[in-house]
Amino acid sequence: MPAEKPMTFGPSVRRLIKRLSPERLKVLAVIGLGVTSVAFLVIGPKIIGLATDIIFTGVIGKRLPAGITGEQAIATLRAAGNNNLADLIARMHVVPGQGIDFGALASVLMLAVGLYIASSVFSWMQGYLLNDLVQRTVFQLRQDVEDKLNRLPLQFFDKQPRGELLSRVTNDIDNTAQSLQQTLSQLLSGVLTVIGVLAMMFVVSPLLAVIALVSVPISVVVATQVGKRSQKLFVAQWRQTGALNGHIEEAFTGHELVKVFGRRREVEEEFRKKNDELFKASFGAQFISGLIMPSMMFVGNLSYVAIAVIGGVRVATGAMTLGDVQAFIQYSRQFTQPLTQVASMANLLQSGVASAERVFELLDADEESADPANPVVPVTRQGRVEFEHVSFRYNPEQPLIEDLSLVAEPGHTVAIVGPTGAGKTTLVNLVMRFYELGSGRIALDGVDITKMRRQDLRSRIGMVLQDTWLFGGTIRDNIAYGNPRATDEQIHAAAEATFVDRFVHNLPLGYDTVIDEEGSNISAGEKQLITIARAFLADPSLLILDEATSSVDTRTEVLVQRAMAALRTDRTSFVIAHRLSTIRDADLILVMESGRIVERGTHDQLLAARGAYHRLYAAQFLGATEAAEQEASGVPTAAA
Amino acid sequence: MMLIKLLREYLRPYTSLLLILVGLQLVATMASLYLPSLNADIIDKGVATGDTGYIVSIGAWMLAVTLVQIACSIAAVYFGARSAMGFGRDVRAAVFHRVGTFSAREVNQFGAPSLITRNTNDVQQVQMLVLMTCTMLVGAPIMLVGGVIMALRQDVGLSWLMVVSIPVLVIAIGLIVMRMVPQFRAMQTRIDVVNRVLREQLSGIRVVRAFVRERDEAQRFAEANRALTETALRAGRLMVLIFPTVMLILNGSSLAVLWFGAGRVNSGEMQIGALTAFLMYLMLILVSVMMATFMAIMIPRAAVSADRIGEVLKTESSVVPPAHPVREVKVRAELELRDVEFRYPGAAEPVLRNISFRSTAGQTTAIIGSTGAGKTTLVSLVARLFDATSGDVLIDGVSVRDLDPELLWNRIGLVPQKSYLFTGTVASNLRYGNPQATDDELWEALEVAQAREFVEAMPGGLDAPIAQGGTNVSGGQRQRMSIARALVRKPEIYLFDDSFSALDLATDARLRVALRPRTAQATVVVVSQRVSTIAGADQIVVLDDGAIVGLGTHRELLESCPTYVEIVSSQAAEPAA
Repeated sequence: MPAEKPMTFGPSVRRLIKRLSPERLKVLAVIGLGVTSVAFLVIGPKIIGLATDIIFTGVIGKRLPAGITGEQAIATLRAAGNNNLADLIARMHVVPGQGIDFGALASVLMLAVGLYIASSVFSWMQGYLLNDLVQRTVFQLRQDVEDKLNRLPLQFFDKQPRGELLSRVTNDIDNTAQSLQQTLSQLLSGVLTVIGVLAMMFVVSPLLAVIALVSVPISVVVATQVGKRSQKLFVAQWRQTGALNGHIEEAFTGHELVKVFGRRREVEEEFRKKNDELFKASFGAQFISGLIMPSMMFVGNLSYVAIAVIGGVRVATGAMTLGDVQAFIQYSRQFTQPLTQVASMANLLQSGVASAERVFELLDADEESADPANPVVPVTRQGRVEFEHVSFRYNPEQPLIEDLSLVAEPGHTVAIVGPTGAGKTTLVNLVMRFYELGSGRIALDGVDITKMRRQDLRSRIGMVLQDTWLFGGTIRDNIAYGNPRATDEQIHAAAEATFVDRFVHNLPLGYDTVIDEEGSNISAGEKQLITIARAFLADPSLLILDEATSSVDTRTEVLVQRAMAALRTDRTSFVIAHRLSTIRDADLILVMESGRIVERGTHDQLLAARGAYHRLYAAQFLGATEAAEQEASGVPTAAA
Repeated sequence: MMLIKLLREYLRPYTSLLLILVGLQLVATMASLYLPSLNADIIDKGVATGDTGYIVSIGAWMLAVTLVQIACSIAAVYFGARSAMGFGRDVRAAVFHRVGTFSAREVNQFGAPSLITRNTNDVQQVQMLVLMTCTMLVGAPIMLVGGVIMALRQDVGLSWLMVVSIPVLVIAIGLIVMRMVPQFRAMQTRIDVVNRVLREQLSGIRVVRAFVRERDEAQRFAEANRALTETALRAGRLMVLIFPTVMLILNGSSLAVLWFGAGRVNSGEMQIGALTAFLMYLMLILVSVMMATFMAIMIPRAAVSADRIGEVLKTESSVVPPAHPVREVKVRAELELRDVEFRYPGAAEPVLRNISFRSTAGQTTAIIGSTGAGKTTLVSLVARLFDATSGDVLIDGVSVRDLDPELLWNRIGLVPQKSYLFTGTVASNLRYGNPQATDDELWEALEVAQAREFVEAMPGGLDAPIAQGGTNVSGGQRQRMSIARALVRKPEIYLFDDSFSALDLATDARLRVALRPRTAQATVVVVSQRVSTIAGADQIVVLDDGAIVGLGTHRELLESCPTYVEIVSSQAAEPAA
């Protein structure tokens, strides 16, 4: 297998091979079976050659008069000056007058049948085992990636574009799997066949073998030269395909913009250009790569002609039997094909290894810190939260939350308001221990959250996020996500308390309605209600609510507000608020701007202070226009 | 069948190329069929008689034949690649052009992602079939017929072997492959399941961790992974059967040729050279039959793609351009809807009904209502992305159906609900509707759209790159740039379809103030869910379930329209002071 892989991929290839090695016995069996099957297969032509010889001997023998010995026949021929034919017969065990020895032919052919059957059976067994081996390896690779994802810190996910990561865990694994499946068996059989055939050629006729060998460098040069060129063109083809697909995607996704902004002509023109370029690139790629087959065929035919001519001459002079030439022609045909195969596999392998490398990169990423060895569990479940001089930053250079202290008493509501990017979400993420603090400490019910196991901490907190994440499953399953051990009654109770029950009743399948991947069969507001029901069912002592800004229709909106209020009853809650109406009764309102708390107090206190909160409030509640005018005349922007 | 129709129509320009191709394949195949018979000559007339001169001269002849063969093959690849890729290009262009004529209704019907797939992957599938057919499949029947003829010329007595071995090969491969296809399809579905689980876990990672469900998720993944592995194992086990089976049949047939041929050689009915030639012909035939069988598997898949392409090409746009378009209208920036109704074909309930209102220059008309009330549809009717099923939409007193589409769209500045930006730069996006706009005009528009600050902060400013869809800027920034883009156009009718939703309230308010002088001579239509955004409008249209339930100013509606009051009270504890 080696030889073909590029040097830079070395470590990744080694790792891939290492992944196969837990099943070392199987690997050995695969190689053993492969060698046996190829050996049997390459003996085949030699045996068919033997059969040809028997037939040829019979043909010649029949032509000679019966009753004389072979030596006498040769002598007669030499006397007649027919030296070539005499030499030819001298090499064979001709019995003059006798036709084909069918007994001998039958036993030779039976032997061949046996060999071919054995070869096929072994080759099948090898393929079977290798398939198992590869599938199990790929299975394990997927498992490892999944396990890894669960151990990576959230910061890892924030840093990478989601599409990028997704592509790694899906496309790259698929590609690795596919190229393992395809290349491994073909490379193995290809390389083994080349070796086996070469060996047999030398056994049959060293001279012809050397002639056939001449074709090897020619084939390799042709295959690699054409391959290199077509590789470049294929890259161009994929690039052009990507460019064209991107253009199509834009034109169709932005269809109404294209129309209303009167850009159809330009868009079509651009398409025509890209389409033509793709045509040129793909035509080039297909043509050049299409050259490989005919050129290899040509090289194959060249050696075929050379072998036929030289072999023919040597048979005629008695230096070789006809059967051997026959066998040789077959070998030379079997020789070029696996050679081409190995060359083309090399490309596939390269792309597979590149993908594997990206998967390994993911597997090597730093994991989140382990849970403490001696975890502490708070004695009470009151939901008292304390921030003590908490600092946190995503980037070391850019402070986000600095020296923040606050206390949320049991049952209290803490509302957080402020413009986007002010750090509201970060604050609650710290409570969940999604991120590690830079300094300071956060305590839940008197216990430092870093002294708790993450699962103990998080199971005490219920979270309703702005992006309403539901998984593909029934509504019931999605609600039960908050507590897998919940009974049907509990689920119904949670659904009723959070107004989910009302719209579920109207669905034909009720709680068994399957939410599809995008959740498009129920409205945004209804999705939000389900996430609230989910948190309700989890029955946490501390709540984190992130209110939606997305367009929830106004009637559902009322229900969402009421459901959230129901959820908050008797629980400590952190509310990230966008509509100030919901937080007027909050026990503490924090106004955040660029990571700092600029104001804190109750609604009335903050309004009286006429600061940042007042500005926000005015924008929202005073007659919209007047507020805007107020804003425009002199008040600086919030973000400044 | 759509596939045949598609092929017939779009391969027509390549007829002559294809005819040349068939000719070339014919010559190439004949050449490769001629080689075994030359080889037979070498054996029968050269080797058997010990005539080395003859051997060499036939050898030279073989070389010449080989040269012809490769020349023809290469030329065939050239013409094949040219026709197939040209076919693909033409079909792609036809689909793209057809979608360009579609109204928003047809686009929604198919869905943009589906149209994209049809225009790209589906065309690719059919194109691949054409290419494979041109380069490989065309040769197969020629090889089959030619091989049979040549084999028969060598010896008729052995022909029954072909009658047996060809069907055996086809049936054996067919049986395996037919069982493999459903497994591969199942495998694709299961790969999708595994990837979906991963996608869900990545997008919901916070929820998974918040509810401490890592273990259950791992369980869910393991199940999907196991199911996938089982199917992959099954498919793989079938696949590894193919090679040994084919080898067994090929080798078995050659042994049979030798055995039965030997009898005929012995009785003098056949020459030994003919025996070897027959053997080689049989191999050539079997290999080409094998290739053809594999190729045939591509056909059903391509047929499905062809059907999907055909559906697009058959669809007519529901918005027909006027036969005698009105090209000159006095600009008054006046919009009127007269008793407009819109319903999807076959739908029981109209999306919109009895919609009438009028808006003149300098006026702002707001449209509010819950989701599904028909707000976006209304905006689309004004821009003639759909046509009303009854009633009329008039701009400056002329029905939009009679206006020249270019002229109509020239007067409209649309800010769609989903703010979409195109690949390019900030400037190229802003100039989308007005390529002649100066940089100053762009900055002015950005200023109004409250986007100046962040564009200035972007590396490169106006020349900062924008990724496809505008994914490299935040939702709020995208929305503001989308507003600026409409402003650069300086239209007489502005359509803001829920265009302030991603802005925080303060920005929203500032933007509306800045907008006012810009739109003094224009009609503005604002769709929104937020009362605060629309409270200052000259008239507010309250939609409920496709009908107007209230029309008036904020104050009037607070007194007269219960639906409006309900909306207001849901958004504010106390109505406007």
